[in-house]
Amino acid sequence: MSVKILGKSKGFYDTYERRPGNNKEQTHYCPGCGHGILHKMIAEALTDYEVAENCIFVSPVGCSVFAYYYFNAGNIQSAHGRAPAVATGVKRALPESVVISYQGDGDLAAIGGNEILHAANRGEAMTVFFVNNAIYGMTGGQMAPTTLIGQKTTTTPYGRTLQNEGYPIRMAEIIASLESPVYVERVMMADVRSKNAARKAVRRGIKNQIEKKGFSFIEVLSTCPTGWKMTAPQSEEWIKSTLVQNFPLGVYKDIAQQVEPLDMSQNLATPARVPKLIGLEQDKVMIDAASIKLSETIDQEIKIAGFGGQGVLSLGVWLSEIGMREDLEVSWIPSYGPEMRGGTANCHVKLSREAIGSPLVTHPTVLVAMNRPSLEKFEDDVIEGGAIVWDSSLIDIEPKRDDIIRIPIPATEIAKELGNTKTSNVVILGVLAGYSDFLDPIVVQQVLPLIFKKRHLLEINLKAFQKGLELGRQLSA
Amino acid sequence: MAKARGLVAVNVEECKGCNLCVVACPVDVLHLANSFNTHGYSPAEYDGEGCTGCGICFYACPEPGAITVYKNWTEAQEAYICQTKKVASRLNVTDAVKGLAECEACGQQVILSNFRNLSFAE
Repeated sequence: MSVKILGKSKGFYDTYERRPGNNKEQTHYCPGCGHGILHKMIAEALTDYEVAENCIFVSPVGCSVFAYYYFNAGNIQSAHGRAPAVATGVKRALPESVVISYQGDGDLAAIGGNEILHAANRGEAMTVFFVNNAIYGMTGGQMAPTTLIGQKTTTTPYGRTLQNEGYPIRMAEIIASLESPVYVERVMMADVRSKNAARKAVRRGIKNQIEKKGFSFIEVLSTCPTGWKMTAPQSEEWIKSTLVQNFPLGVYKDIAQQVEPLDMSQNLATPARVPKLIGLEQDKVMIDAASIKLSETIDQEIKIAGFGGQGVLSLGVWLSEIGMREDLEVSWIPSYGPEMRGGTANCHVKLSREAIGSPLVTHPTVLVAMNRPSLEKFEDDVIEGGAIVWDSSLIDIEPKRDDIIRIPIPATEIAKELGNTKTSNVVILGVLAGYSDFLDPIVVQQVLPLIFKKRHLLEINLKAFQKGLELGRQLSA
Repeated sequence: MAKARGLVAVNVEECKGCNLCVVACPVDVLHLANSFNTHGYSPAEYDGEGCTGCGICFYACPEPGAITVYKNWTEAQEAYICQTKKVASRLNVTDAVKGLAECEACGQQVILSNFRNLSFAE
């Protein structure tokens, strides 16, 4: 018989090295905070069910945003209120994992009200811990949606009133009214008995997920001694005497035994299935690996800017498409100019041999400017020795810098001669392929038919590309 | 007073002195110390005798590692394996209030709240 010791669960780190400052031994929570107790129960359950290794914690904004200091499990920080959405993604990508969304009342009931409703309604197979302390603890005790009528907070100094702020929201009841959730319970952290009940509920919630039952929601009435301006034992008393009167405890829904386990793996988008799902399989491009010239200059950060309608964003997409066929890591993000009329739309493209950290391009190696405001706006951002390609038929100024490679292209004029000014972006694509070696013309010519499905469009664009290619080669020679 | 079967060890540096364990203890064998820890809190302290090993204080406590409860101390004491000499040994409590014991085999001090670094025979 092994020795029975109740102590720090293996679900926690020995010391909290991720916590900044000197204090690596204690949690950052205030003395008497309910978070710690719930953390202990979760960590214990994860260890007991041997799923800590396989668990992913999603913590959005709230005091518990720092849960990753403590839990020896996978951790993701999400935007305020968006934990159920992030957890949905995690669960669908990794159906065998145990995904926990750990949210407070400000996060779940206020800003994230929409997210939780739809995640619950879809019946995502996750476990949600909703820590309800009737106040915004992290920001200093403002009113939460769950604040009681008459309760004083820093934003309701005379107490919450019905006329001004309405009734407190009862999330467990709302979630239980939906079809999909399999288990909804409200528990409290107030005394030995209630903590024991809470511990059981925590274990049920996690067990449900291990058994692939579906959405479990556990609302925990928890203490906030600092926000309530009480001592820890007083705040436990206040839960028992007041909070629980407004938030009745109990199991609101439990159909976990009746439902069949859900096999998520059928819908899983495996790497092998992705090309088929996005229709890449039928446009198979056979690229001879030897034909690709991988040069040292292949890692490119490109910014393409111009008017909306010039094909600025499309050019970026094509560059990424081509990069993908060249077996590079690629990223593309658009930035539709919400600025003044006649401003710039632009997109950021990265082509890299290594995994890309951020898709943002702040200092481009290549700037493609297709109108004057774009050139003026982004000229200074280009790195020293980088290149600026500009449409000299539309831009009546020249870049002021001389530490960059200057490539003026009368792209719109060339496109006009070919019969369609809309092909000016393809001319620039051709110039990029001809001038530098990060784009392989052979690959580009194989990709273009996939982009332009209509024959007459393909013809003119191939011509435009050829024209640009020649021009680019002339300029580089 | 109930029969002392268990042993509670408080990790002074992890305790924040919130008093929840003191209130929760059914046999009243915990109190807040008169001294401070390095973080400025007055930690909880074991009276030194009377713990039944019920574990209520452990679940009352919000700090993951502040309280360690040996549910059956005699059993734990006998099952101890010395870390330095790697032999079966025995733990003798030297300071119940501070949660300190001594290993019989090597004579070294053992901090009981640091149970994750201790090993016991199955």
